[in-house]
Amino acid sequence: MNALELADVSVRINQAQILHGVSFTAPKNQVTALLGRNGVGKSSTLKAIMSLYSPTGSIKLNGTELIGTPTHAIAASGVAYVPEDREIFATLSVKENLSLASRSKISSEKMSRVFEIFPDLSTRQEQRAGTLSGGQQQMLSLSRALLNDNQILLVDEPTKGLAPKLVTEVADALAEVAKRETMILVEQNLALVKRIAQKIVVMDQGKIIFEGAPEKLSDSVWVQSVLGVSNRGKHS
Amino acid sequence: MSTFLLMTITGIGLGALYFLVASGLTLIYGLMGVLNFAHGAFLSIGAFVGLWFATSIMKEATIPNFILAMIVGGLAAGFFALLMEQLLITRLYDRHIDQVLVTVGVALVVGAVLGGWFGNDLRLFPTPLWFLTGINFFGAIIPADRIIYIATAVGLLIGNWALLRFTRIGLIIRAGVENRNMVNALGINVRRAFSTVFFLGGFAAGIGGVLVSVYSSGVSPLIAGTYLIYGFVVVVIGGMGSVTGSFVAAMLIGVIKQFANYYVTGLGDFVIALLLAGVLLVRPQGLFGKRIS
Ligand SMILES: Nc1ncnc2c1ncn2[C@@H]1O[C@H](COP(=O)(O)OP(=O)(O)OP(=O)(O)O)[C@@H](O)[C@H]1O
Ligand SMILES: [Mg+2]
Repeated sequence: MNALELADVSVRINQAQILHGVSFTAPKNQVTALLGRNGVGKSSTLKAIMSLYSPTGSIKLNGTELIGTPTHAIAASGVAYVPEDREIFATLSVKENLSLASRSKISSEKMSRVFEIFPDLSTRQEQRAGTLSGGQQQMLSLSRALLNDNQILLVDEPTKGLAPKLVTEVADALAEVAKRETMILVEQNLALVKRIAQKIVVMDQGKIIFEGAPEKLSDSVWVQSVLGVSNRGKHS
Repeated sequence: MSTFLLMTITGIGLGALYFLVASGLTLIYGLMGVLNFAHGAFLSIGAFVGLWFATSIMKEATIPNFILAMIVGGLAAGFFALLMEQLLITRLYDRHIDQVLVTVGVALVVGAVLGGWFGNDLRLFPTPLWFLTGINFFGAIIPADRIIYIATAVGLLIGNWALLRFTRIGLIIRAGVENRNMVNALGINVRRAFSTVFFLGGFAAGIGGVLVSVYSSGVSPLIAGTYLIYGFVVVVIGGMGSVTGSFVAAMLIGVIKQFANYYVTGLGDFVIALLLAGVLLVRPQGLFGKRIS
């Protein structure tokens, strides 16, 4: 069963063609990692799914077409978006960020689940989100997504710019989340991808060039050629 | 000392009128990026509907009747603002230039219709006698109407603050001023917040319209223009999107203008223009505005 199916998705912004007919599927209850060099269109693919860009083609969530649906309706139908630059509300408190994100009244059960994964946040509920550290902001952005019952999570480079210790912390949290959620994960940290993804999709220049099993990441010659990085290290 | 007090309090009273116009302007701009040139029209509609209510429905100019007329004027302007938003602005979602042109058009049409109907001469607003009395405040004799302006502005500021701070729609508005797309991406239709803000902005401007009518000793479609300009000046100095910033800037401008005009008649506008230029040079995002990166 696929949670999300993209078929021939294209995005043009002004004169630039950013996505050239992207097609891939994200199976239910699995983590699909979306990989590729910088600027190939990974974030744009997630934005197209959220209707933040206006794509052509077809994007189906459990069989229902999303193209043409406004962003808020897509989110409300269970697509949670954790953007690349976190986009937490800096002037609101941690608590306000969470209560805004929660589509139903926040249950203490969901709240404690989130604070169990991110204990750092529970003691900082009154703090303005803009004064959180980068790692804490990432945790808040993830928490916003975890408060609701989702069909799928779209997570864009959650470990980007984090110190190694925080990368481990966020990676652990994602591994925990991956046990019960469907996810599309954009990530440059291949160790994390290997740890939690059941499927990988590789993009190049606005197209999909590979869709298959993560075991392929052990092929260092291939990894070097499609991602431009060695499969041992992380990108710069 | 009593002159100083008199100038300060009458200045704050004038600032209160500016704030009534600016509070809506700043939120509409902050949330939607719309420079609403129709805001002066909201003011005129509030003033004329208030005048109609005070003369045709209420016969006596008592304080309760006046307050009622103010609320009716405010509601009329609020609903007019909502109608404009629903019929015109939402169709031009995210087309900022077109939105601005539409608001300019609405302002011209409303001005022309009111002018054609009522003429551009001042029509006296039935004013409770108490407004014209003086109140002794530590030796300074303060015109009583200023107290009404200040109390109304403070009441609206508190109302605004409570709405923004304690309600869900307020939370959505605050978040939307920061990042509209992300509010949508959380599954919230941010347009509902737009409608609320338009209504509230219209309501405050309409109330301002009734009070301005008293301050200017009458109602005329021509008055709105001056207040709209001052409204924009307040918004820019206070910081786009910040209600608190507008309040502080409005008071500052009212007081400075009053003092300048006291020493040299007509100097007030010039000093405010200098202040605006100064703020734009030193702190372009305004006193309470977000820094633009
Ligand atoms: N709003 C936009 N306007 C113009 N060009 C854009 C826009 N958004 C993205 N692009 C371009 O589309 C291409 C793909 O961008 P995108 O952000 O999707 O890449 P990415 O794969 O996420 O890269 P990274 O790994 O650096 O985050 C880039 O060349 C980018 O410059
Ligand atoms: Mg990206």
